[in-house]
Amino acid sequence: MRTDVSKINGQSPCEDLTEGLMIFAGGTSKAFKTGEWRTSTPVFDREKCKQCLLCAPVCPDGCIPVSDGKRDDFDFDHCKGCGICEKACPFGAITMTE
Amino acid sequence: MSRKDRMSGNEAVAYAIRQVNPDVMPAFPITPSTEIPQMVSTYIANGEMDTEFIPVESEHSSMSATVGAEAAGARSMTATSSCGLAFMWEELLVAASNRLPLVLALVNRTLSGPININCDHSDSMGARDTGWIQIYAENNQEAYDNFIQAFPIAEDPRVHLPVMVCQDGFITSHAVENILLEEDADVREFVGEYHPEEFLLNPGKPVAVGPYAVSDYSMEAKFNQEQAMIRSKEVILEIAEKFRSRFNRGFGLFEEYRTEDADYILLIMGSAAGTSKQAADELREAGIKAGVLKLRVFRPFPAEEIANALKGCKAVAIMDRCESYNGHGGPLASEVMAALYTSKVYIPAISYIYGLAGRDFTVETAKDIYKELSDVADKGKQIKQHTYVGLRTREER
Amino acid sequence: MGNSNIEIRWHGRGGQGAKTAALLLADVCFKTGAYVQGFPEYGPERMGAPITAFNRISDTQIRVHSNIYNPDLVVVVDETLLNSVDVTAGLSEEGAIIVNTDKSPSDIKPLLKGYKGKVYTVDARTISVNALGRYFPNSPMLAAAVAVSKVMEKDAFIKEMRASYEHKFAKKPEVIDGNMTALTQTFKALEPQLD
Repeated sequence: MRTDVSKINGQSPCEDLTEGLMIFAGGTSKAFKTGEWRTSTPVFDREKCKQCLLCAPVCPDGCIPVSDGKRDDFDFDHCKGCGICEKACPFGAITMTE
Repeated sequence: MSRKDRMSGNEAVAYAIRQVNPDVMPAFPITPSTEIPQMVSTYIANGEMDTEFIPVESEHSSMSATVGAEAAGARSMTATSSCGLAFMWEELLVAASNRLPLVLALVNRTLSGPININCDHSDSMGARDTGWIQIYAENNQEAYDNFIQAFPIAEDPRVHLPVMVCQDGFITSHAVENILLEEDADVREFVGEYHPEEFLLNPGKPVAVGPYAVSDYSMEAKFNQEQAMIRSKEVILEIAEKFRSRFNRGFGLFEEYRTEDADYILLIMGSAAGTSKQAADELREAGIKAGVLKLRVFRPFPAEEIANALKGCKAVAIMDRCESYNGHGGPLASEVMAALYTSKVYIPAISYIYGLAGRDFTVETAKDIYKELSDVADKGKQIKQHTYVGLRTREER
Repeated sequence: MGNSNIEIRWHGRGGQGAKTAALLLADVCFKTGAYVQGFPEYGPERMGAPITAFNRISDTQIRVHSNIYNPDLVVVVDETLLNSVDVTAGLSEEGAIIVNTDKSPSDIKPLLKGYKGKVYTVDARTISVNALGRYFPNSPMLAAAVAVSKVMEKDAFIKEMRASYEHKFAKKPEVIDGNMTALTQTFKALEPQLD
């Protein structure tokens, strides 16, 4: 039953689809680059950022990578440009641009 | 070795559940199936089984939890009736489309309104297009036997569909009758252990169940689900044969009672089939060739097989314990007539509605229907379709 | 009676144990090797409302799943039902009716709408109160049903009922003897009325 779901697409014949459309892989949303849907883009100002990290948990798509207690620039492969991070930032370190 | 006992239909199903000892049973009580989770809880409390029983706050939740547990990899089941089944509607479809082999013990009861607790098939018939296999029982024995066969059918890799095991509320669920019970070890060996190939709680083998599908995939997925339903027919027959060779009883898709040379056949499901057999026997003694086709499996619908079984008779009465509110006939009659037509079996077939909300169905009533069939077949009486059996009307008075 | 295929209808009030008596009768007849059916008619009834329960006892498999309209025996667990329920409806004239009352059969007969079959009466209240200290009519009426219908021998019935009570009242053994006394007292009280 376990098949390589990366070989299945919207043109696959019914026989090739999985039972109940089960997806036999984890983290498949990573492969789907939703960043291309973005019409408004956040710009990160490292000078103004105090590394308070209020922005990271509010991002609905997990596009603010944090390592060693510090955030890095956005993951633009998946950021849809919703602007929630801009509202959450107390220091004006994030600005939405067209 | 079979053991003679006596118990009600609910007791019989609870006894089978204890023997099968599924992993998880979420349930919410509703008349007339309440006794089933009650008895299972007692078995668990007494240490006679170790099923994880989850008391939930509604049937929407009981089916959701059953779906979740089954997806997680646990052999899961629940029980309900009537409005409880209606409240599960959304999850019934989820269970089937996610191809989860769970089991539901349904004790048939009418749906509102008028509000009423007694038996008819409007609950399960309403769920006939949710993608579930449906198996009906004539008595406590068949309720027991069908339950034991349910998991092996559902879990077969050719099927992977949920199974609804139906019995008539109160008429069999609350009637104490003789029954043959099998040994725990024999039942467990027959049902086997559950080792799903894919399940959620399976470290290193991640799987997502029930994803959103765009139109590119949905139609193909539904077609595949229907293929599984078609394949289930051969599996149901195989399991029935295995059961018969092991325990010496049981039927396949339907039981043919004295139909071989019958002129008049009553096609019926559930407890009224036994009553009809009694009527057929009494009429046979008077030289009238009456027979009964008792449908055991309604989903998948054995269209060709039914048409083939009916082709030699002069007339058939198709008995629905359910109204379809379509101005045309009961759901069973609609499907049987379509089956007859597509198989080019052009015999008089009459749709009858009987036994709604617990209205009694007697031997005399069955005999009256046979009489009407003979009037139709032999005297050319005009067929009145969609006839209500035993309905009070001003005309009848 | 005592033939191989008996149909019994019970009339009682919710809470009096008519349903339990029907299920017990099925239970005890099963132990003699008979095919049995015991079932109540369900509705919205609650305690005190008239209820009906049924038994089929046969030496062949029972397939009929309808209520019983032409019983061989009717058991009336509550005398007051005679005013409100047509208890002899469909009752065979070759059959019999048993009424729980302190009156005699000849006193009860006029209340039975011209029923011509046999009428038996059992004072289940007195028997129960004497034996158990409380009014539980179902044990005496069960014994009466067996005595009149002859679905099984008295001795076998007594033996099976003791086993049944010992199982049912494992945690209340003090009521076993009282119930057994109620059964034997009923047989004794009915003796003058039986053939």
